[in-house]
Amino acid sequence: MAGNNPTSSEYIQHHLQNMTFGLHPENGLGLAHSPQEAQEMGFWALHLDTMGWSIGLGILFLWLFRMVAKTATTGVPSGMQNFVEMMVEFVDNSVRETFHGKSKLIAPLSLTIFCWVFLMNLMDLVPVDFLPMLAQKIGAWFGADPAHVYFKVVPTTDVNATLGMSLSVFALIIFYSIREKGFSGFVAELTLHPFNASNPLVQVLLIPVNFLLEAVTLLAKPVSLALRLFGNLYAGELIFILIAMVGLWQLPLHFAWATFHILIITLQAFIFMMLTIVYLSMATEKH
Amino acid sequence: MNLNLTLIGQAIAFAVFVWFCMKFVWPPVMQALQERQKKIADGLDAASRATRDLELAEEQAAEQLKESKEQAAEIIEQAHKRANQMIEEARDNARLEGERMIESARGEIEQETQRAKEELRAQVATLAIQGAERILDSSIDEAKHRELVDKLAAEL
Repeated sequence: MAGNNPTSSEYIQHHLQNMTFGLHPENGLGLAHSPQEAQEMGFWALHLDTMGWSIGLGILFLWLFRMVAKTATTGVPSGMQNFVEMMVEFVDNSVRETFHGKSKLIAPLSLTIFCWVFLMNLMDLVPVDFLPMLAQKIGAWFGADPAHVYFKVVPTTDVNATLGMSLSVFALIIFYSIREKGFSGFVAELTLHPFNASNPLVQVLLIPVNFLLEAVTLLAKPVSLALRLFGNLYAGELIFILIAMVGLWQLPLHFAWATFHILIITLQAFIFMMLTIVYLSMATEKH
Repeated sequence: MNLNLTLIGQAIAFAVFVWFCMKFVWPPVMQALQERQKKIADGLDAASRATRDLELAEEQAAEQLKESKEQAAEIIEQAHKRANQMIEEARDNARLEGERMIESARGEIEQETQRAKEELRAQVATLAIQGAERILDSSIDEAKHRELVDKLAAEL
């Protein structure tokens, strides 16, 4: 457990706080020493743990796949190549089934999303105290108060990470919509559906209603995409933390929850990928 | 749980990863996959072609076998015929030869008989003369009666 005998709620809060680096109005540039300070740093602060783990895992994924891609042979594939090809084919099939346009981006995008999100989710299976305690030890070694060293291991339990990805997808949705339908087509889609009338006056009246509905539909896509992943993993992480507080009984409980969580980890990565493909195919299809 | 710069950092990292994946990971793997697909398709093609070739060859072989069997049968037939012919010829030859030999033997026998007769005649004449000589006790002039007895002997 963290610090000097913290209460349950302190323990949970400690686990759910990111290592935030930013400019504090009073303490200047540095790591936040409490959730309060992190809050006060405002927008221009960086979650070092989220960034570190997500970039590290992204590089791990790309390094692994790049290594195989460089030595890919057309002969009988060996173990690692087999695995990579299986993933690539799986993603390629998913994209082919759903996305009917032509795009060089969608398939690699989907592969990156699936593997990256899966790896980030996978960090959830590392025992909840293991890496944070390690970080506290290292922090203490550097002279910091261990109770104020925050370290959150799973990047997808940080809403910034999931929203960062989903907003990128959102940008692509808009880009593809405009590329396929033209700017006027995109605007028409936002304003002339679902209600339209043959009378021009009525049509003009209907435009704001349509726009309101369609804008909500459009904006709901990235928000739901981000919050679904974040919510699932955050809840999963929270349950791991709660289980970690029940004493000896945590061992079988951890095992049971981790086993179940494997499903959630894979499923959420797959859902994020699949919905990205679906949204992008919706953006490129004409109505 | 505050929104901050991490959001943008994550978006940038995401974009870079996707770009890298699109540039350096996806194409080589995809290419390898497609090439293998082509190779397998070619292999299957070749296999089916080979099967077809094999069938064709088997058919040809069977046909050739049938043909050669027919030919062999024909040759045997001819050989039989020829053999029969030869036996026939040999038989004819033998018969002719035998007849000829019989003929010549007959001639020889005839000749022998003739000669024996001739000899016999001569001896008969001599014997007759000797007998008559004995009977007549040299009263007969040999030279004188010789001609007579020879004439007699010639009538034998």
